[in-house]
Amino acid sequence: MAILVDKNTKVLVQGITGHQGRYHTMAMKEFGTNVVAGVTPGKGGQKVEGVPVFNTVQEAVNETGANTSIVFVPAPFTMDAVLESIDAGIKLVVTITEHVPVHDAMKMISYAKMKGSRIIGPNCPGLASPGKAKVGILPNLIFKEGNVGVVSRSGTLTYEIVNSLTEAGIGQSTTVGIGGDPVIGSNFIEILDLFEKDPETEKIVMVGEIGGTAEEEAAEFIKEHVSKPVYAYIAGRTAPPGKRMGHAGAIVTRGRGTAESKIRALESAGVKVARIPTEIADMIKRD
Amino acid sequence: MKLYEYMAKEIFRKHGIPVPEGYVIENPEEIKPVHGEVVLKSQVLVGGRGKAGGIKFASSTEEARKIASELLGMDIKGYKVKKLLIEPKIEIQKEYYLSFIVDRSSREAMLIASAEGGVEIESVPDEKLFKRTINPLIGIQPNVIRALSYKLGLNKEQMKDITKIVYGLWSVFTQEDADLAEINPLVLTPDGFMAADAKLIINDDSLFRHADMEKVEEEYTPLERKARERGIAFVQLDGNIGVIANGAGLTMATLDVLSLHGGKAGTFLDLGGTDDPEKVKQAFEIIGEAPIDVVFLNIFGGITKCDTVAKGVVDAIKEKPLKVPIVARIKGVNEEEGKEILRKEGIGAFSTLEDAVKEAVKLAGGA
Repeated sequence: MAILVDKNTKVLVQGITGHQGRYHTMAMKEFGTNVVAGVTPGKGGQKVEGVPVFNTVQEAVNETGANTSIVFVPAPFTMDAVLESIDAGIKLVVTITEHVPVHDAMKMISYAKMKGSRIIGPNCPGLASPGKAKVGILPNLIFKEGNVGVVSRSGTLTYEIVNSLTEAGIGQSTTVGIGGDPVIGSNFIEILDLFEKDPETEKIVMVGEIGGTAEEEAAEFIKEHVSKPVYAYIAGRTAPPGKRMGHAGAIVTRGRGTAESKIRALESAGVKVARIPTEIADMIKRD
Repeated sequence: MKLYEYMAKEIFRKHGIPVPEGYVIENPEEIKPVHGEVVLKSQVLVGGRGKAGGIKFASSTEEARKIASELLGMDIKGYKVKKLLIEPKIEIQKEYYLSFIVDRSSREAMLIASAEGGVEIESVPDEKLFKRTINPLIGIQPNVIRALSYKLGLNKEQMKDITKIVYGLWSVFTQEDADLAEINPLVLTPDGFMAADAKLIINDDSLFRHADMEKVEEEYTPLERKARERGIAFVQLDGNIGVIANGAGLTMATLDVLSLHGGKAGTFLDLGGTDDPEKVKQAFEIIGEAPIDVVFLNIFGGITKCDTVAKGVVDAIKEKPLKVPIVARIKGVNEEEGKEILRKEGIGAFSTLEDAVKEAVKLAGGA
């Protein structure tokens, strides 16, 4: 089963002719993903890594039956690209682009909800179900098929943790990078809910960081609605207040969004919280 | 980008929100003849300036000049006062609060209002706040303003007056791409509502749409500014271990693990998802200028290849040698090649984060 992406996923790459789009089309194909189409306005008729390029998303959907889109389009044009996919009936839009204006993010997420589509990101590494499909920029070699679901606000830190799981012989059902921006299409709660309902997922790993209250809200949700064991790591225990730690969303302001508050909330919801990232693999192994 | 009060008020006025008729000065001689009473407001990007003595009243030209010369150059919570906003004193009948913010949880805008203005909104109990999420595609509707007005106990005349202001602030919030648009206090005067203060934070990722907006330099250290100009995410901290890692989450985690072993980070430098040798070189240039005793490099190679980063590091320090030792933790794609390249240059390279951290803390003079 896995969640969100699997063997039935047919991927369309928006911005396929750019450097990133081209490289990751190849990497996704190597992972075993069924990449069926690319879209770059004005470049219809070309091929990238053997994938046909179309001028519009609608045309690509009509010709190839694409049901999932990945967006590499530059930030000023990202909202337009996402809306084009939603209007063409795409149900999962994975937005890799960073620095998307926050009002654009709010609008496209609201529109997606209205139309019954789901957005992952923006500013995210995407998602991967090992042995099935990857829609994102996560490195191929770190994954192993299995039963642990991973949901994370971070990029490289997720790779580090997934890699340590794989090295410890623990495979993953799906890994979802939800993105580091303040406003994102899918949050911890929505992904936790999907993992809870997925028969293939037995345990859940959650990687959070300072800023906002998404982890605290997730803890409330876990207490009420998640029966599977959850393990967590929260980055930024030592981050000073008022300083933005790389991600737009990672900032402690007026005592809100601290690592301590998140760890306390998660622990009181029965979540096991690791002190260092690689400890999660040890904790899962012990249980 | 946080704007100064005088800039925010200028923008508010453009969107139809009444603000006092003021002017900005940079030295006391610019004070215009005072008729009645004026308020002199220090322009700094930090809250609580009133309590810190940054807002003063004057009732003569002479007094205003004297106060201006005291305020200009004054230090408020680490911020130096360079400009004053001079406004006529307004007759305040009551203070309210009004703002729009980006709400992370609902992923919509949020309208917050209260009949208790002029204080930090965090200190106002929830039952005294009017809060309503506003769908970004729908915008403000009359029913929301009616509900707000009843909650705030406004009469018919005041309701009409505040409607204009709520629409004006919504227009500021959306058209100027704000993270926050706040009026605190929104004051009731004999002539109706007026924004006595204005706070406006423009979304950094949207600045490209506001090329004509005056840029406000945040308070960075000279080194932070230099890094920023080069597009490197860099924060100066107060420890002595210079941390470079790839990815914001991993960099934060690195600081945490260092502290767990008694070390203290002096920098947060996120290389991002790149192994571009030019970027690596710039990162080492920045870190070379930081007051640190050891550089700690933590790379997880996924898309980024460990050996490419290692080569970049070696090239960087060959061109401009560092005065302090480097400890590296290299993991992921081509890690063996990467470690070999670094070891040839006498750089300690480890696979596990904990081993590397222990070595770095030792070289930095222990816990």
